Amino acid sequence: MSFDWSFFAHLLFHPPGTFVQGAIRTIYLAVIAQALGVALGLLLALWRRSRYLPLRVLAGGYIWLVRGTPLLVQAVIIYDGSSALGLYSFGTLSVGPVSVPGVVQAGIVTLALNEGAYMAEIMRAAINSVDKGQAEAAESLGLRRRQAMRHVVLPQAMRVVIPPLGNEFNNMLKVTSLLSVIGLQELFLAAQDYNSATFRTFEIFLVTAIYYIVMTTAWSLVQAAIERRLQARGGDLVATVPLRQRLFSGGTSGGGPAIGAEQLRGAR
Amino acid sequence: MTPSTGKTPDAGVEGTRAAAGAPAKAGEPEETGPLAVEATGIHKWFGAAHVLDDVSLQVASGEVVVLIGPSGSGKTTLLRCLNHLERIDRGRLLINGHLIGYRENARGELREDSEAEIARQRREIGFVFQHFNLFPHLTAEQNIALAPVRVRKVSRALALDEARRLLARVGLDDKRGSYPSQLSGGQRQRVAIARALAMRPRLMLFDEPTSALDPEMVGEVLAVMRELASDGMTMVVASHEMGFARGVADRVVMMDAGQIIEAGPPAQVLDSPAHERTQAFLSKVLH
Repeated sequence: MSFDWSFFAHLLFHPPGTFVQGAIRTIYLAVIAQALGVALGLLLALWRRSRYLPLRVLAGGYIWLVRGTPLLVQAVIIYDGSSALGLYSFGTLSVGPVSVPGVVQAGIVTLALNEGAYMAEIMRAAINSVDKGQAEAAESLGLRRRQAMRHVVLPQAMRVVIPPLGNEFNNMLKVTSLLSVIGLQELFLAAQDYNSATFRTFEIFLVTAIYYIVMTTAWSLVQAAIERRLQARGGDLVATVPLRQRLFSGGTSGGGPAIGAEQLRGAR
Repeated sequence: MTPSTGKTPDAGVEGTRAAAGAPAKAGEPEETGPLAVEATGIHKWFGAAHVLDDVSLQVASGEVVVLIGPSGSGKTTLLRCLNHLERIDRGRLLINGHLIGYRENARGELREDSEAEIARQRREIGFVFQHFNLFPHLTAEQNIALAPVRVRKVSRALALDEARRLLARVGLDDKRGSYPSQLSGGQRQRVAIARALAMRPRLMLFDEPTSALDPEMVGEVLAVMRELASDGMTMVVASHEMGFARGVADRVVMMDAGQIIEAGPPAQVLDSPAHERTQAFLSKVLH
């Protein structure tokens, strides 16, 4: 079987509806899961710094558990496992005109819970990267510890977080494909289904790859714009990464001052 | 609500004030309030290092005290204890008549105060850091307005108004929209002083405020501090600026190895030091 150019071109420029829906689903899964992951990560990072031992232990244990197990296994446990045990079954959820299938909910929950653990480590490193004198200055003015964190430390930490956060989201876009294992119709599973109907395997997955790279490249441009804007707003806190490096140099591209996401993350 | 700390121990203030050698400034009404600083037998260890060893210091309201001594002598640690950035391990420390950072229970034992109460007490104590510690994500005026808005609950507009007045006072009215990274060291430190003043403190602590500055910027910061002193602000300043000590200080306190080894009017301590360690230190600083 030789490469079928017309099939390839047709699929690339006139994809079937399932492909398009899969791609859209990939994007919104990634966006929602990343947003929830950031919120969870911030909470976990603050708990890890808490004065109360139980919170520290809880957050540390959670991060250890999540980072120590494969996302694939987590997805199966959360969706299939919890339902098999009668613990919780993800059913279709309808909010007004929008109805969210159970498997999508499970997918978002899985990705968010997973991402939270990684974001926690990034946030923790970012908070630690803010000079201790900043919190001291705030507290010497009479701000409560919580206020110093919120108004002085976190805004500075967030700037440090932006580059590795961009990396995380890039990763998130691709990692959604793992959820095909629980039957979530995102881009990869859509491609698989199409493949089993046509058997044009190479062409189909080449197009799939192109779709992914279009998404991640578009994100790179957005991220670059965000970082430029942050830098324009005073402060030399964010090291901007040239687009060329961002696209071609893998894990190190997100290096804010003193942290690279890749160093913080074990093998996923 | 946290109950306020013990009532002001007024008894004996007159006597201790005299002992503290506070200058009787002409025309100054007789002080009836508590001492700004009343430290008695302060000890502080960092691990095995005994960084404050039985330090006692009294500063009257309106007085300017300059701490001198070699680095590592405990000046910075003492200042940081005065607003409870460091905990004291032993001793008794009152600021404006209140125990700082600690509360006394019925048996007279000291227990660390609640975080809220410590924050409340710090409003009255301005602290100026060696490395400025300005908030880099905020402009000069936002740096100054942050604490009034968040702590004193002043409206944003009012706080920014006040910030501009304070910037004018330190000679930086044209820099209100500048970020710290756009300011010189001397300008940063002046913003930092304005930021501390925005909380209307009754006591200002300066931790080597000019040590991180290029020599040509030292003067502008000292000028601001001089003016503060002449306005009657109570100040405790750790500094190697002997000219400032001589010209502005009511009292110079020499520290070495965690102890106060000599204290008195600048003319006495700087010109005819009684202690040989003071002599040795001064000969190194002045030459």
